[in-house]
Amino acid sequence: MPSALPLGDPAPADGLLPAGCIEGATERDFCVYVHIPFCAVRCGYCDFNTYTAHELGSGSSQDTYAAAASSELAFGAGVLRASGLPDREVSTVFFGGGTPTLLPATDLASVLATIRATWGLREGAEVTTEANPDSVTPESLATLAQAGFTRVSFGMQSAVPHVLKTLDRTHRPERVGQAVRWAREAGLEVSVDLIYGTPGETLADWRTSVETALSYEPDHISAYALIIEDGTRLAAQIRRGEVPDIDDDDHADKYLLAEELLTAAGFGWYEVSNWSRSEATRCRHNLAYWKGADWWGAGPGAHSHVGGLRWWNVKHPAAYQQRVDAGISPAAGRETPDEQARLLERTMLLTRIIDGLPTSALPASGRQAVAGLISAGLVEGPAAVQGTVVPTLRGRLLADTIVRRLLDF
Amino acid sequence: MPFRGVTLRPVLVRGTGLALLLAGLECPERLGAQSHQPVDGSWIDLHGATLTARRPAGAQAGEPESWKNGVLRSARKQFVIQQSQSEVTHVSPMARTAPVPAATDPAIIRNFCIIAHIDHGKSTLADRMLQSTGIVSHRDMKAQYLDRMDIERERGITIKSQAVRMPWEVDGTAYALNMIDTPGHVDFTYEVSRSLAACEGAVLLVDAAQGIEAQTLANLYLAMENDLTIIPVLNKIDLPAAQPEKYAAELAGLIGGDPEDVLRVSGKTGEGVEVLLDKIVRDLPAPVGDVNAPARAMIFDSVYDTYRGVVTYVRVVDGQLSPREKIQMMSTRTTHELLEIGVSSPEPTPSKGLGVGEVGYLITGVKDVRQSKVGDTVTTFNKPAQESLGGYEDPKPMVFSGLYPIDGSDYPVLRDALDKLLLNDAALTFEPETSVALGFGFRVGFLGLLHLEITRERLESEFNLDLISTAPNVVYEVMKEDRSMVTVTNPSEFPAGKIMEVHEPMVAGTILTPNEFVGAVMELCQSRRGQMRGMDYLSEDRVELRYWLPLAEIVFDFFDILKSKTRGYASLDWKADGEQVADLVKVDILLQGEQVDAFSAITHKDKAYSYGVMMTSKLRELIPRQQFEVPIQAAIGSRIIARESIRAIRKDVLAKCYGGDISRKRKLLEKQKEGKKRMKMVGRVEVPQEAFIAALSSDGSKDKAKK
Repeated sequence: MPSALPLGDPAPADGLLPAGCIEGATERDFCVYVHIPFCAVRCGYCDFNTYTAHELGSGSSQDTYAAAASSELAFGAGVLRASGLPDREVSTVFFGGGTPTLLPATDLASVLATIRATWGLREGAEVTTEANPDSVTPESLATLAQAGFTRVSFGMQSAVPHVLKTLDRTHRPERVGQAVRWAREAGLEVSVDLIYGTPGETLADWRTSVETALSYEPDHISAYALIIEDGTRLAAQIRRGEVPDIDDDDHADKYLLAEELLTAAGFGWYEVSNWSRSEATRCRHNLAYWKGADWWGAGPGAHSHVGGLRWWNVKHPAAYQQRVDAGISPAAGRETPDEQARLLERTMLLTRIIDGLPTSALPASGRQAVAGLISAGLVEGPAAVQGTVVPTLRGRLLADTIVRRLLDF
Repeated sequence: MPFRGVTLRPVLVRGTGLALLLAGLECPERLGAQSHQPVDGSWIDLHGATLTARRPAGAQAGEPESWKNGVLRSARKQFVIQQSQSEVTHVSPMARTAPVPAATDPAIIRNFCIIAHIDHGKSTLADRMLQSTGIVSHRDMKAQYLDRMDIERERGITIKSQAVRMPWEVDGTAYALNMIDTPGHVDFTYEVSRSLAACEGAVLLVDAAQGIEAQTLANLYLAMENDLTIIPVLNKIDLPAAQPEKYAAELAGLIGGDPEDVLRVSGKTGEGVEVLLDKIVRDLPAPVGDVNAPARAMIFDSVYDTYRGVVTYVRVVDGQLSPREKIQMMSTRTTHELLEIGVSSPEPTPSKGLGVGEVGYLITGVKDVRQSKVGDTVTTFNKPAQESLGGYEDPKPMVFSGLYPIDGSDYPVLRDALDKLLLNDAALTFEPETSVALGFGFRVGFLGLLHLEITRERLESEFNLDLISTAPNVVYEVMKEDRSMVTVTNPSEFPAGKIMEVHEPMVAGTILTPNEFVGAVMELCQSRRGQMRGMDYLSEDRVELRYWLPLAEIVFDFFDILKSKTRGYASLDWKADGEQVADLVKVDILLQGEQVDAFSAITHKDKAYSYGVMMTSKLRELIPRQQFEVPIQAAIGSRIIARESIRAIRKDVLAKCYGGDISRKRKLLEKQKEGKKRMKMVGRVEVPQEAFIAALSSDGSKDKAKK
């Protein structure tokens, strides 16, 4: 079951942005996210906005989806222009899901072509798609590379069959190595996504997964702690006692193990859940989120942010399709966080990354609190002295605590 | 069908009986047999009520006089009539002949109370008596008229007693019956004893389906100690489950006499109520006193009324009290002007005074019940009595609990609310108290657990307060090494350092149980450090067990456990009975070395360990993990007897941000921010208020009692 949308203000049908969004726009990167709301099967842990063919019903279709997303992007370019924002070339593009590679590579290529035609892609732009190792071929990867994709992120999750089974993942583990090889041959940068802390996963299982991922020699590795989301099948299984509950201490142990193995293999962290072989192979799209860049999110349930305004689209593909076809904004709601909320956002986002949060952004009480965080071992002392709050290894695990202490709650 | 050949004039109609008398009525024959007789609505509306006049023994059908008497009697006792000119009046034929207060010969006064267990139908029977004697009409009758406070009505418990004067005629003589309503609960034993002292007799009312209960037995003992004449009565004989033979035998066995003499009534249908009223007149002794002596009246109740101030209920023993007189309270020698004196029937009715043996109320304009204390003797200022009636005791709180507003800013509201309750509750005591954990509150003394619950409920419902109450405790006397004594009403007052002796209050407990549960009850009492004092079979299958128990062992959850071990059949009564020296210790709970006062408890040495283990493990579950490891210890002095620890939190970060859904993540943090407001700091440890509430309430009897 997909998670709920936030509560916010109603969004206008014309999608127009308030004037406040324009200020400083030329200084900010502009990015595009395209949501592909389709999966072959729904995984038991997943509450993302995605639908299997069986769940989808009528009123929308995978076949026409690329066209719908392209329409929204064209509409979006019009909205930004009409709202008075300057034209900006796109710095990064990210296709996420769902399973983007469930669509033919040519569909993804055509959406990218729309972006290029509408806004233009900046020189050296990063263009990523998420991919299921099962749904790529050497040909499809070559098509993507040719169309301008630079990066592919494989949902590997684990190398251990019983863990994959608990997660409902259908791919064979050995398939991942092959897919990574094909992607490299197509000239794409490669990231693999892992999930740790699945019920029943031992520390040794996790070590196996990390070591296996490293053996594929990717450029980038993401490791996410499993979150049990309300309404998912896994949550129900835990509630019924069929599957053991997850445990924060187990998560902490596994995080530390990942850090150890990845560091030893030459990777460095740059965000709580992300490690990269070099600074050049960090995911710039992801960093754009943390750093408060502007982005247009296209597709059902996608979130956008421009100059402090945040909005989100209707969730169901059929409702989405209807709005896009009618030429009205697919946004379901929006909000402009007030100053206090923006401070909270900025603090919680920047304290997750290696570039850190400038202490100058904090109120006086927060700057005072930094000293305590240094002595508690949660914040790097030398960086703080130079004016930036950067979490230590322990601090990365307790990032929420850092936020609470900085903002005194 | 109208009465034959009779014309009734509205002006004459004050009561059916009177009307019939004035009309010189000859009744139709068939009315004599127990029958229904609607009377012509144009003049008298009997609302289709039932005439239950019986054919007098030996009377023959067709004897007009006999029938007339039967109808008169029945009508005057039962009916309301409505005049056609819409004036509503009560049938009260006795009003013509009812003895007038201040001019009533003690020989025609009967003062009685009803002793009954909760739910055995005392209030219903009282209501029925009010109706039968004609002083309250059907329509004015609120169910359980005598129980005034809402909370009493909700719980079906009479907290405050009152007295009602009712006229009743036997063999042509009009009598004045004073029914003194008594609290049924053991917390109010002292008030019960004062009510009993105002009576010459008691109706012992027992549910014919349940038999006598321990509390009733206790009050029966009190009544017999006061030399009251007892009229045993079985109530609810209309119930299918009634076993009147069995319980009549039980009652006869208890108080002596023949099971045949046990009256059988139904408060619900009214059956037997008139016979009971007759028996009260015939069997109970009239009050005796010296008419010419200085006035002495005993206060048996004192109630605060918003409009009138304190209303004091008294029983005159000697002399006379008159309006506008200066009266004196003998315990304090304070004097008050007597603004109003009268009787309740059942609405307050001013009178020319109260004479020997009479029961009524006094109003002096006093605003605080503590100036008019139950048990005190009232005399006149001009001709004061030399000796008080005796038996006066200051109310003594037995159980203490800390009451704290959940919202600290409600503290002044709580203080005002307690002040208001005090106007009507002389037994309540309180003083400000501060708790590290709970902030500002009050240590409140109660007569017992029920008193605590009722007070707490009134504070919450009448004053809209959310409260935390700490675990109730009793009062200890602690002898220190230097032989000085310290009174401990709060564990925090327990002296540190070497202690010679700790004295704890004891109770004499009486438990009635079906004999199959005797083993379970004995086991429970033993586990509560009880010493057996005796055991008797009340009947073949009902056993009375008598134990000497520490009060502290029964204030917490004893009654609930007793009920659950006996499938609800056992009943308990207790009264304070001295003290004993016991091996008692104070167990402190420490969070990261900081003592949390709200969790300290005084327990027996043998139970200290289990309390420590229970509390530490409970807190481990309730307190969220912190930045650092938090040891939770239970200690006696500096000796640690139990320990747990809350491991340091290692991870709280949410790994993902859901494809740019920043709002969701921010809102999670904002929610934490809200939650933070309800945290209390104990040293460096953040403890959610809910943890305090859960730790303090889950073992209290309150929640269980409510279920």
